[in-house]
Order: sequence, then C-alpha cells, then structure tokens
Amino acid sequence: MSYTGGHILLSSQREGQVSRFPAWVMLLVPLAAILFQVYVPLFFQFLGFLEMPLLVVVYFALMRRSQVSGLLVGALVGLAQDSLSKNPLGMLGIVKTLVGYFAASVGVRLDVDHVLIRLPLAFFFFLFHQFFYWVMARALLGQQLAFEAQRTLVLGLLNAVVGVSLFHFLDKLRKSS
Amino acid sequence: MESFLNRYRSITVLLLVVLAQLVLIAVQVKNDQDVRIIRVWTVTAVTPVARIVEALRGGGSALVRNYILLRDAHEENRRLQAELDRLKLDNTYLKNQMNLADRAKALAVFQSHTPSRTVAATIIGMGAGSSSKVVFVDRGTVSGVERGMAVVTPDGIVGKVIAAYPTASAVLLITDPDFAAGVMSQKGQVRGTLKGQGTPICKVDYVPFEEKIEPGEWLYTSGDDRIFPRGFPAGVVKAVRSAQPFKEILVDPSGMARGLEDVLILVEGVHQAIPDTPPTNQPVYIAPPPPADSVPPPDQPGTPVGTEADRLRAQYKAIGDAQGHKFGEGVPGSKPPDFNLKPPGPVGTPAAGSGTGAGSQTPGAPPASKPAAPPGGASR
Repeated sequence: MSYTGGHILLSSQREGQVSRFPAWVMLLVPLAAILFQVYVPLFFQFLGFLEMPLLVVVYFALMRRSQVSGLLVGALVGLAQDSLSKNPLGMLGIVKTLVGYFAASVGVRLDVDHVLIRLPLAFFFFLFHQFFYWVMARALLGQQLAFEAQRTLVLGLLNAVVGVSLFHFLDKLRKSS
Repeated sequence: MESFLNRYRSITVLLLVVLAQLVLIAVQVKNDQDVRIIRVWTVTAVTPVARIVEALRGGGSALVRNYILLRDAHEENRRLQAELDRLKLDNTYLKNQMNLADRAKALAVFQSHTPSRTVAATIIGMGAGSSSKVVFVDRGTVSGVERGMAVVTPDGIVGKVIAAYPTASAVLLITDPDFAAGVMSQKGQVRGTLKGQGTPICKVDYVPFEEKIEPGEWLYTSGDDRIFPRGFPAGVVKAVRSAQPFKEILVDPSGMARGLEDVLILVEGVHQAIPDTPPTNQPVYIAPPPPADSVPPPDQPGTPVGTEADRLRAQYKAIGDAQGHKFGEGVPGSKPPDFNLKPPGPVGTPAAGSGTGAGSQTPGAPPASKPAAPPGGASR
C-alpha cells in the first residue's frame, strides 16, 4: 500500500478498506509479542521497556478497523499476559480491551497507514495503557503504585518509535487486496 | 431490539468483555477483610434489590391486608360495637356493685365502732312532693325505731325520723327546708343552727357576725337539739358572708356526699368529743384480731424478760446465789462476789469448762467484761 502524503483523514473508499491478515499472522504475531515480553528481557534487560503486546494490539485494532475485533484481540492478549504474570486475571485484559476498542474507533476515522498518525497514536495508547493500569491497580487491587509521569512519557516515546517500525514490518504481512 | 443491538453492537461487546474480566478479577482478589471482591460486589448489588423486593412485598401484603381484605370490616365493626356496648353495661353494673359493697363495708365498720347503738336501714322510697326531702327506710318500730331519732352515715348526719311505722320509717333529710340541727364549728367552737334550703346546700343560722368561722371548716353536731348526739360530722363550710346580725354561712352536707342508699338510725345516741382533725372520707380498714394461738407463751424459767436492766439484775443475782452471796447484807470492806464468773443456768453461758468457780476467785482482779461493777456498789 502506498502512502499519499498530506491525507490524514479517510478520504476514499480505498483508504477506508479493512486490512486483512492471514490466520497464522493473527495467531502467531500476538503470541510472539507475548513471548518477547516474557523472555527477551531475561537476556536483554534494556529491552524490558518495550510493550510489544500492546503495540501488536494497537496495530491490529487500527488496521482491521473493527471495534469488536480490536477489543477481542486486546482482551485475549491481555488475558494471556495476565496468565503469565502475578496479576489477577483481567487486569491487563481490561486495559488492553479498552485500548483495542478505542484504537479501532480511531482507525475507522483516521488514515492509520500514515506514519505521522501511527507515531502519536502509539504514544497515546501507551500512555493510556499505563495510566489506566495504574488506576485499576489502585482501585481494584488497592496497590499504592506511583505514577511516574516523566518516565512514562519517555517510555511512551520509545515505544512509539519502535511501534512505527513494528507496524511497518507487520504491514508486509497483510493480505494484498 | 435487533436494530438496537446492531447499532450498539461494538459498545455492547465492549461492556460485556470488560464486565466479564471485572468479574474475573473480583473472583480472584480479596479485600482488606479477606473477602473476595466478587462477594462484596454481589452483596452490595443484591442487598438494595432485596430491600426493594421486600419493601414491595410488604407493601403489597399490607395493601391486600388493609384494603382488599376489608370487605368484612363493617360487619366486624358492628359486632365489636355491640360487644363494646354490652361490656360497658357490664362495667357499669360491676362498678355499682363494688360501690354498694364499699358503702356496706364502711357502714358496718362505722356501726361496729361508734359508741351509739344503731340500726342499719336501706332507703326504699322517696316522699311525695317536689320540695320535700323525705325518704322512707325499711326499718320501723319493730326494729326499735322511734320518731325523732337521728339518721346518719359514716360521712355525717343525714336527717331525722319524722314518722315511724311498724316496718318503715319516714326520714326528713338534712336538705329539707323544715330540717334543723344544732352544730358547732371544729376550730372556734362556734355554735349555730343547721337548716335545709331545699337545695343540696344547707345554711347555718344564728351565728353572730363577730364570731370567726372560715370556709373549709368542718361543722359537727353540738348535741343541743337533743336529736343528734354531739360529735357527728354535719358538713363543710362552703361560704361565709358577713351580715347583720348573723352571718350567712353555706354548708355542704357531708352525710350524702357519696349517695344515699344505706343509713344508720341512732336508736341510742352517745355524745362524743369533737375530733381535732377533719374526718377522712376513706373507708377505715380494721385488721382482724390476732388468733388465740398466737399469744406468746408464758415466760420460761430463766428466760430473760423485761428490759436490759432486768436482765442484768437477774444475771447478778444468779452470780451472787452461786457464790453464796446475798446482796444488801455485806458490811463495807467485805469481799464482793466475783462478777467475772459465768452465771449458772440459762441466764448466761454455763460456767462449766471455764476453769473458774466459787473457789477460784481472784480478789482484786479487775473485771474483764462488762458490766464493770455490780449495781448498787456491790454488797453493801
């Protein structure tokens, strides 16, 4: 798919069409992201800041432009993460469900193939993810976590940069229309 | 409905998924009291609903009970009203019976304690004439009633017999205009003549204006009229007006204050002293005499009787007798008896086992127990 510079809002039927992915992509990419999140920081600790499952959820939600699909992908990925963590099942599930839903809602209205759209979206949804998780941890679990805004902003920027690259790679896996 | 779900399909699915995960979290997480959040949420959510359901159930039940099922209330109300009327009649009857019993009891008590000889009589009829205050009683000459005898109740004088027949007598009431009796005030001993007026209030005539008599003061019969013995209550002064040459005194007669059904006819009147205190209108309770077997038995020998001094006297006498001492016969300087010894017999504790006796006296030793000295300075 080629990018038409200067078009941010959807202006044609072509730009608004739904991206389709092979089934193995829909299955393996989130799984790979979760495994990355689990194992890579063990060997490369400096990569622990990457929230690969979140970026994958954002990508699929943006590109499929379906709220239901986006929230289901977010819910499944989040629950899988929860099952591999010490968190109660549903904490990351709810957060990523909301991320998937809102990302899909944005994808319906914006030309999410544009890199200038993807970068702030990835940044915004990382912040949303972190903030909402912090809220839920305080509200539901009673954990007195501190929200480090500055660190979160930096991490959000790094994740956004990595996310844009990841999105570009995942674009290659789309079915050709 | 279907179009509604299609329109809001995404948000519905979102809410369901989020809700499902919230439930999932609530199942796992416990709060500070170690209670799972799902249980807290469930109770919190269910309790208001249960309260509302209970309120609706109670309200519906009350509605049915208080409004719908009231079709028999009118009939029940009539039945209860009839029952209430019947109970009121019964209550009135019982009150009358109790009142009658109280009056009869008071009459009997008064009759047994007054020194005058009386005959109890019951009012059986009223005299003819609108202004006359005459009643008929069921006692006559057969019972010893004679014309001119006084008629009283425990509360005061009632009237006098104006005609005696074999089985009945006519009594002129105190309120009749023709009635008159000599009375005397309780405090100032002011004498006057009690007269009826044809009304419930009587008056006292012939009290000089300089005499002192006050409202509320009791009047008693003076005995001057030779009909009523002295000392029977006549009534209470209700009002006193100064006039020349005699005071105008209104009296509320006390004899008929509690109705007039049973009276006493004084067959043989005895004068009494006028009491210092006004009579009470309450019936007097007289306790029954003690039974014969409750009389204390005669004194047992040796049992201390009388006062403390008598007991001590007996104790010292017993001690003296035990030591062969006779009080009043010793010369000054002679040896007194040992009062520390226990007196023999029931007067005190037996001396046996005490180690002391007549031969073990300790002259000069101070007495260790009371009394410290014998009465009358020992044996003089």
